[in-house]
Amino acid sequence: MTDIRYDVAVIGGGVIGSAIARELSRYELSVCVIEKEEDVCSGTSKANSAIVHAGYDAKPGSKKAERNVKGNAMMGDLARDLEFEFKRNGSLVLCFADEDMPKLGELYQRGLKNGVEVSILSGDEVRKMEPNITKEVVAALWAPTGGIVCPFGLTIALAENAADNGVEFIFNTAVTDIKKDAEGYVLVTNNGEIKTKAVVNAAGVYADTIHNMVSEKKLHITPRKGDYCLLDKEAGGHVSATVFQLPGKYGKGILVTPTVHGNLLLGPTAVDVEDKEYTATTAAEIADVVKKSAVSVKDIPYRLTITSFSGLRAHEDGDDFVIGEVADAPMFFDAAGIESPGLSSAPAIGVEVAELVAGKFDAKKKENFIAKRKGFVKLAEKSFEERAAKIKENPLYGVIVCRCMDVSEGEIVDAIHRTLGARSLDGIKRRVHQGMGRCQAGFCTSKTMEILSRETGIPMEKICKNSTGSEMLSRKM
Amino acid sequence: METKNLTCIGCPMGCSLTVSIDGENITVAGNTCPVGANYAKKEVTNPTRVVTSSVRVNGADIARVSVKTACDIPKNKIFDCMKEISAVEMTAPVCIGDVVIENCAGTGVAVIATKNVPCAG
Amino acid sequence: MKQYDIVVIGGGPAGLAAAISAKKAGVSDLLILERDATLGGILNQCIHNGFGLHTFKEELTGPEYAARFIEQVKEMEVPYKLGAMVLSISPEKVITYMSKTEGLVQISAKAIVLAMGCRERPRGALNIPGFRPAGIYSAGTAQRLMNIEGYSVGKEVVILGSGDIGLIMARRMTLEGANVKVVAELMPYSGGLKRNIVQCLNDFNIPLKLSHTVVGIDGKDRITGVTIAEVDANRQPIPGTEIHYDCDTLLLSCGLIPENELTREIGVEMNRVTSGPNVDDKLQTGAPGVFACGNVLHVHDLVDHVSSEAALAGENAAAYVLAENQTEKTHKVTLKAENGVRYTVPQTIDVENMRDSVTVRFRVADIYHNRAISVYYDGQKITSRKKRVLAPGEMEQVVLKKSSFAEYPDLKEIVICTEEV
Repeated sequence: MTDIRYDVAVIGGGVIGSAIARELSRYELSVCVIEKEEDVCSGTSKANSAIVHAGYDAKPGSKKAERNVKGNAMMGDLARDLEFEFKRNGSLVLCFADEDMPKLGELYQRGLKNGVEVSILSGDEVRKMEPNITKEVVAALWAPTGGIVCPFGLTIALAENAADNGVEFIFNTAVTDIKKDAEGYVLVTNNGEIKTKAVVNAAGVYADTIHNMVSEKKLHITPRKGDYCLLDKEAGGHVSATVFQLPGKYGKGILVTPTVHGNLLLGPTAVDVEDKEYTATTAAEIADVVKKSAVSVKDIPYRLTITSFSGLRAHEDGDDFVIGEVADAPMFFDAAGIESPGLSSAPAIGVEVAELVAGKFDAKKKENFIAKRKGFVKLAEKSFEERAAKIKENPLYGVIVCRCMDVSEGEIVDAIHRTLGARSLDGIKRRVHQGMGRCQAGFCTSKTMEILSRETGIPMEKICKNSTGSEMLSRKM
Repeated sequence: METKNLTCIGCPMGCSLTVSIDGENITVAGNTCPVGANYAKKEVTNPTRVVTSSVRVNGADIARVSVKTACDIPKNKIFDCMKEISAVEMTAPVCIGDVVIENCAGTGVAVIATKNVPCAG
Repeated sequence: MKQYDIVVIGGGPAGLAAAISAKKAGVSDLLILERDATLGGILNQCIHNGFGLHTFKEELTGPEYAARFIEQVKEMEVPYKLGAMVLSISPEKVITYMSKTEGLVQISAKAIVLAMGCRERPRGALNIPGFRPAGIYSAGTAQRLMNIEGYSVGKEVVILGSGDIGLIMARRMTLEGANVKVVAELMPYSGGLKRNIVQCLNDFNIPLKLSHTVVGIDGKDRITGVTIAEVDANRQPIPGTEIHYDCDTLLLSCGLIPENELTREIGVEMNRVTSGPNVDDKLQTGAPGVFACGNVLHVHDLVDHVSSEAALAGENAAAYVLAENQTEKTHKVTLKAENGVRYTVPQTIDVENMRDSVTVRFRVADIYHNRAISVYYDGQKITSRKKRVLAPGEMEQVVLKKSSFAEYPDLKEIVICTEEV
């Protein structure tokens, strides 16, 4: 590739890599993010529960517990500064049987130990708060600081802000080997070699593979698959809090939550798989999601399901986050095993790893760090007057492309041309939510392809759903 | 005598037809109207279809103009007809009925435009 | 705010026919709002023939059928706006729409005709398990890409669902050189027209597998194959019946859903079976002066039926506007669908104020042989018509005459049902 040597190369452009890159960009360091897909937020970060956990769940004293609580506390300010969608809607953990009450008590105690605001509600109190909770519920833990976030919005905001502060993003580039040399590391990729003084491993389900390239102290990550069902916005108000189940006689729980986009999300299952790319839903798991969600919440309108999807959690054998410099590989830093509550912890992990790395370089903070980032213009949320004014300014804001999510051509063009602009249909979808609605892009696919082709010069036949190989069309007739 | 069961494609009713073939003598049962009888007789002697497709159009806001054979053509000529259609280009403006190919695949049947396509803009 | 007598939402076959008949009925102050760049709606991409046998007594392609109505709209100088996307309709009949040229506009209407059409059921709603690669299209999306944009979506094709669009696309893709390997249909019968099975599948030796569904999708980037399996009576896959097909494209033709987002905002009562609004014999929804027709009301089999239904809606909208004092409904009779009849449109009849007759349209729930369609007024059989075959894919109708109600002054309920003969 080039002869330059970066100070830091972050492997992985998910929420963790992006958070670390954004925090590193505060310092006088040359930083790159290497991502194997065509866009950030293409792995675990794109398919998860989109929950900002309150922090009562993880074992007191664990890395998970501490980063979760810290990350949760940071999320509000971060959402304001970087303009992504985040809402504190509160979390409920439902208890279905009197004999499980001690377990709910344990969870309550754990919450207190972790420093989380928690209280116990009676079944009737829960149903007063959430009328659709089933009558079987005898009590619940209530954590008002629990929240929901747009995982794409969060990751893209962090990445864009990092890029605005000088971080270079290298896409379609997979690290296949890592060699040590006198000045640090040489990353071997499908696109040539990248030299760097330090490496941050934020490779999600591949973090063990990357780690094991440099260290004798091996990590082992199991991709733990979870299937979800997403329901139409018509069902979005079915619950207002995020509803978890206390692990108990119904087995491992399924959550029911509104999303920041106004949909209702059900899931996830938990099945260990071997293939790190195995994101296929199965009929049995989807059936499980349906069955178990009905235990918590009554009358879920399953017929309003608009899509189902599957994501992988990066579960490390040690059952905790692995964060820090690798003992036998100086200047190689892990952010591995980041499974739930990883999304919630991302802001805290970003700061922690960046401080650690910057400390090693004795790097100074930039004076001109841009701390804020403008979010995407969402015309559907604007008032009549604001929207009318925007259309006057740019008539493309007056052309609706995606009817279901009310997304205009102008917003799609913006998503393509801004920092780290979209280069694929999924990239556009994750930025401005085109095609994310009830018709699932049935109507707007061809128009969106045309816009992407026109604005980027990519020929229509080369337009991809996501990475290379996912071309949408076979030929021009 | 040979009998064949057919579904009429003359209209959306899709009548079930029974065709009895006795040399030159063909009788049709099950049809609701004369279209069915005609269809069945043709189908067992010389089956035909109307071919619809589209051809590239230049100088328009859309990429393709839809076309059809002016009447039904022998079934075994469908793909020859498609080959000729695929090779043709039109230039806007195009009006419904404009002849795209005069004699398609030697059938003596024309291919005509089925859409009005104005010039771009 | 500009006020119109009638605003028609949608310039597809329903909207065009409604506007034309409203104008013929004497209302000139009307407007068609069409979101696309041309009038004609989905007919523009339906380049196959088979349209218009009822309306024009000849077989036309979709664009030709649309053109006949568009010509009338232009000749009669019915005003229309293109690229005008309606964002909302208030219960007070204030319409907010948006266009590139006009920006954001609010207008009000004395009467509204809803003619927004329908959309295809997407993969997600079918809960097909597997990966989510590129190359999975609803049949109509693939049709648009081929017939309007000029791009082929794939070479090796499997189609799930034997709705008419799926059948038509099987032939279309075959003609363009693709290899359509199989059409799988979940139900034990096809939802498409019989003629389409003959000329789109049989003509090209494309197998139709009834009682089969897709149980797996392979391919992380672009689809590489699907697995289909036979289903039992409860539509559950039967283990051991799986067949794998290599393919680069999966087309879905698994049903249409009326697009009623705007209708719901008006706050009218909706129908769970049709997914459209409930209407009376004038095709008027629960909101006075708001009429509905075409596929937004219920999914039709033939565009000819859409046109005739829409013409009635347009005429009634005009009558609503022209009548100074609206007559209150005095005698509302409910229509009930029973024993194999899934729904009826309309759902109520205003007997006093109805026209000389009303056409009640409906679909049946299953394939039935030698059954009668019967009509009961408060339990008393009025008519019964024997049919050799009834199929869910085809819309049925009965015509009720106003005179038939004369002997039933206190009529409360009309039942339409199928009966064994």
